[in-house]
Amino acid sequence: MAKVHISTTVNGQPMDVLVEPNDSLLDTLRDGLGLTGTKEGCATGDCGACSVMLDGRLVCSCLVLGAEAEGKTIDTIEGVADGDGLHVIQQKFLEHAALQCGICTPGFIVAAKALLEKNPNPDETTIRYWLAGNLCRCTGYDKIVRAVQDAAHELASPA
Amino acid sequence: MGDYAYAAPASVDSTIELLSSSADSGTRTQVLAGGTDVLVQMRSNDRGPRLIVDIKQLAETNVLTIGEDEIYIGSAIASAILNENAELKSKLPGLVESADLIGSTQIQGRATIGGNLCNSSPAGDTIPALIANSAVCHIVGSDGERNVPVEDFVTGVGTNCMAPHEFLLGLRVPAPKGNTGDAYLRFIPRTEMDIAVAGAGVRLTLDDSGTCTAARVGIGAVAPTPLLVPEAADALVGTQVDAAALDAAAAACSAAASPITDKRGTVEYRIKVVGVLCKRAGEIARDRAKAS
Repeated sequence: MAKVHISTTVNGQPMDVLVEPNDSLLDTLRDGLGLTGTKEGCATGDCGACSVMLDGRLVCSCLVLGAEAEGKTIDTIEGVADGDGLHVIQQKFLEHAALQCGICTPGFIVAAKALLEKNPNPDETTIRYWLAGNLCRCTGYDKIVRAVQDAAHELASPA
Repeated sequence: MGDYAYAAPASVDSTIELLSSSADSGTRTQVLAGGTDVLVQMRSNDRGPRLIVDIKQLAETNVLTIGEDEIYIGSAIASAILNENAELKSKLPGLVESADLIGSTQIQGRATIGGNLCNSSPAGDTIPALIANSAVCHIVGSDGERNVPVEDFVTGVGTNCMAPHEFLLGLRVPAPKGNTGDAYLRFIPRTEMDIAVAGAGVRLTLDDSGTCTAARVGIGAVAPTPLLVPEAADALVGTQVDAAALDAAAAACSAAASPITDKRGTVEYRIKVVGVLCKRAGEIARDRAKAS
């Protein structure tokens, strides 16, 4: 199979990588670029564990071909923290114990960050609908929703 | 997995040339828009090698224009873009809602109305809404371009009228004039992110006295293809779209349905529910027409 050469920008860094024509962007990130923070859950777009930003839009990386990333800008969970300093949303997930096994967490954080950038003050219903494409089998979602609400609060009025 | 290949042609002509030469050489091709069906199919029951032809790089498939007479939605326009367009939402709220019903935030960022139509599922949510809105498929291929009404596009479960050298460039929707409203409703056993058990789309126009002067009704998930139901429209035209007229339209939808029993619903249930959905969508379309 002829590999496809792509040039893309991941978390602000220009990157070049060879992909199989049928590799997903998730395969490319994890196996091609070693960015294993993005997780594979269902691989059919149902669970949201593989959520990333593609040209500023929240997508499931399992439903995008690696080859489609040519010339695009991708932001993953690895780009959320600032060095060793956690993003407010990450910090709130820790404080609210909004994770247990952790497989869904990168996807939730990327999706929550996308929400708060679009809508800094979402109500609970908006948060729950926005995050409906992210499945969690551990927490029962309440702690996640509280963490996102708290993060929104703190981002609006930094302590 | 066999040999897959990927191409993202830079022009409509080169896309048609690639599709034509692949068809001539017996290479299997699949056109890629948002990919939310294509990538799932590649990993499930249909893993055979193929050439993936990505049409998202074309300027023509990314057109979204709201004209005096026609609204044009390019086949690569993602649902999220439709939903963020306030003018489109005010003109075709039912069509935008039918796209917004499909999938999560993540899916909305990729999925397209054009892809939903070309996937040609009996239960594709946007198709009855497109039919109700008299949408026309703008298809291009090596024979030139042609325009096919959406109700004539889907030919069976997962099949449509396009030849291997053709692809969907966009959808032409007549712009609503006067007091016109549209609506789409579907039934699923949960609040969101499921496949329709039945669906109904209605667009109607009222005169100043509230009498219906034009109507279109489309139904989905109750036959091998989504259907236009002229008898349901006839039941609404000339009336005040009151309960009796809506009951008659509902009965026409139930009569037009020829569903199957599967895990999502039985024949009897779908026949009844598609009528109920027509009635309720008709009420919403009527109220929107009055408010427009």
